[in-house]
Amino acid sequence: MSEPILEVTELFKLFEVRQNKGAKVIKQTVHAVSGVSFSLAPGETLGLVGESGSGKSTVGRCILRLLEPTSGSIRFRGQELTTLGREEMRELRSEMQIVFQDPYASLDPRMTIGAAIAEPLEVHDVPGDHDAIVGELLELVGLSPDHSKRFPHEFSGGQRQRIGIARALSLRPSLIILDEPVSALDVSIQAGILNLLEDLQKELSLSYLFIAHDLSIVRHISDRIAVMYLGKLMELGDHKDVYDRSIHPYTQSLLSAVPIPDPTLERTRKRIVLEGDLPSPVNPPSGCVFRTRCPIAFDLCAEEVPELRPQAKDHLVACHAPLLPGQSLADVVASRHPVATALSEQ
Amino acid sequence: MTLPVLSVRDLHVSFPTQDGLVQAVRGVSFDISEHELLGIVGESGSGKSVTFLAVMGLLPRSAIVSGSIKIGGQELVGAPPDEVRKVRGKRVAMIFQDPLTALNPVHRVGAQVVEMILAHQDISNDEANAKAVELLDRVGIPQPDVRARQYPHEFSGGMRQRAVIAIAIANSPEILIADEPTTALDTTVQAQILDVVQQVQHELGSAVAFITHDLGVVARVADRVQVMYAGRVTERGEAHDIFMRPTHPYTRGLLNSLPDINVERLVPIPGAPPNMLRPPSGCAFRIRCTYATEVCAGEIPELKPYGAIETACVRVEEIAAEVMA
Repeated sequence: MSEPILEVTELFKLFEVRQNKGAKVIKQTVHAVSGVSFSLAPGETLGLVGESGSGKSTVGRCILRLLEPTSGSIRFRGQELTTLGREEMRELRSEMQIVFQDPYASLDPRMTIGAAIAEPLEVHDVPGDHDAIVGELLELVGLSPDHSKRFPHEFSGGQRQRIGIARALSLRPSLIILDEPVSALDVSIQAGILNLLEDLQKELSLSYLFIAHDLSIVRHISDRIAVMYLGKLMELGDHKDVYDRSIHPYTQSLLSAVPIPDPTLERTRKRIVLEGDLPSPVNPPSGCVFRTRCPIAFDLCAEEVPELRPQAKDHLVACHAPLLPGQSLADVVASRHPVATALSEQ
Repeated sequence: MTLPVLSVRDLHVSFPTQDGLVQAVRGVSFDISEHELLGIVGESGSGKSVTFLAVMGLLPRSAIVSGSIKIGGQELVGAPPDEVRKVRGKRVAMIFQDPLTALNPVHRVGAQVVEMILAHQDISNDEANAKAVELLDRVGIPQPDVRARQYPHEFSGGMRQRAVIAIAIANSPEILIADEPTTALDTTVQAQILDVVQQVQHELGSAVAFITHDLGVVARVADRVQVMYAGRVTERGEAHDIFMRPTHPYTRGLLNSLPDINVERLVPIPGAPPNMLRPPSGCAFRIRCTYATEVCAGEIPELKPYGAIETACVRVEEIAAEVMA
């Protein structure tokens, strides 16, 4: 296997928050990311999925040091990023770019899109004819070079996201962090952007960290998938392993909560409906952070934090009693509580 | 066949703007019966939300509305505001996308349920209070008596949406309109809220209009599905038929563009939705439709039965033959 392009080890990000409780000011710590480790190979797409508050976007921002990590190591092509100075980091950022969810919010409404795409070229003193480069970039993302004189409001949502991608590509990066890149788009438009991202990856041998909450999209585009819950990785593996043979109770619950666009299948399948909401990251549960909602948690889960460790080759899980590959959580729960299940099926 | 609870006929809604009239809804007709859940599918700008804001009588005053909206036989288009107010919250109620904006941040949750009860029922405050707690319990809020005295910011997203549902069902409405009720929620919480909506419908026997852009959610909850595009209904039928045997090129396009692990390359619908200031002549979808010919630019296609489905495509038979070939 080739050297990873990105290696994240034991990444932590804590936020201090102050809350006014009457006259008292209480200082609290939000544990946004607590000990996340993964690596990304050149040309690979790693999908990072989780619900809101899982810390997935914070991970992305820490990698680019748009947020300062509290501790841990981030290596890009073997070089440690967390100790770099501002200037050195700025230079390296030309190799690593980010595409945000809302292309409208990330474009200056008073700047032509040509100027917006050329801006990184100027900041990094790229030699050559910037107009020509902008034209090429626009063609690369499926727009026309004539579009460069227009303003963001003249474009549809899908076109704006193409502009956001062109801008991210302008410095010829090798790693792109895609933070919910299609979540704000309609279904019929999403597919075009996903196809474009796949084409660009092949053409320019890009590595993607694809952050999203929509599991069907992540499944389609990713080689490997990492599932996050409350600041921690729950499961990490090949997309087929994580989807079809998931062994973490959270991954299975999450998958079972995603409705499938097939009425017959959707209405007959066994479902695990998790109770409650995500606990607060200010006061994460002891031991396994998922135990408060896990239908098969036991004593040890409250006492000891489960390590992320290999269960099979390249299939990692953080659980004291993971399921077997192919075993269904719904069946396990049903066999333990036959009466309750019979009642709920009535 | 039971009489429809909600009956909409040839509804048109347009909004005057500086640039001209935005034709948001352009001749929409449909019925929903008791116990029925009609899924309304469409992309942004398809007119799906505007149609139901018209049903709720919640359109801005500048909106130009024509056609007919009948709830249990009572006409709402052109009815005096007093009449509409008596119906809203009583016979028809709505669950909105964002529970935080639907709830008033400075009033206790219980008081907001009580307000809805007292707006339409002639009962004492104590009775209304007791009823509010009972409603919160019914939508699965634990410790409802304690929760009733809390403010919306003390509730999680899922609990807030449950509270909004409690307010919506306070007067046992005949029609419940759910406008993207789970879009702002996380996947695992969405599953809980869908359960609550289905349970509430089962108990009340209401007709439900469930508006969403998520085809998976529709597949789970809808009895029938109505697909909308550019202010018109393009296809309607039993959920199973719409998903398994869609006839309209737009529905086919939507289903094909869904991410699928078994498909190497997704098939997006080319182009973007039309500008509703100047919608295209004839079929509005023709500019993005791979099957369109000159005939599609002629008259606006009417919704007509085709097999078990109703579809608004003049080339539906030819397209079916082309797809089979």
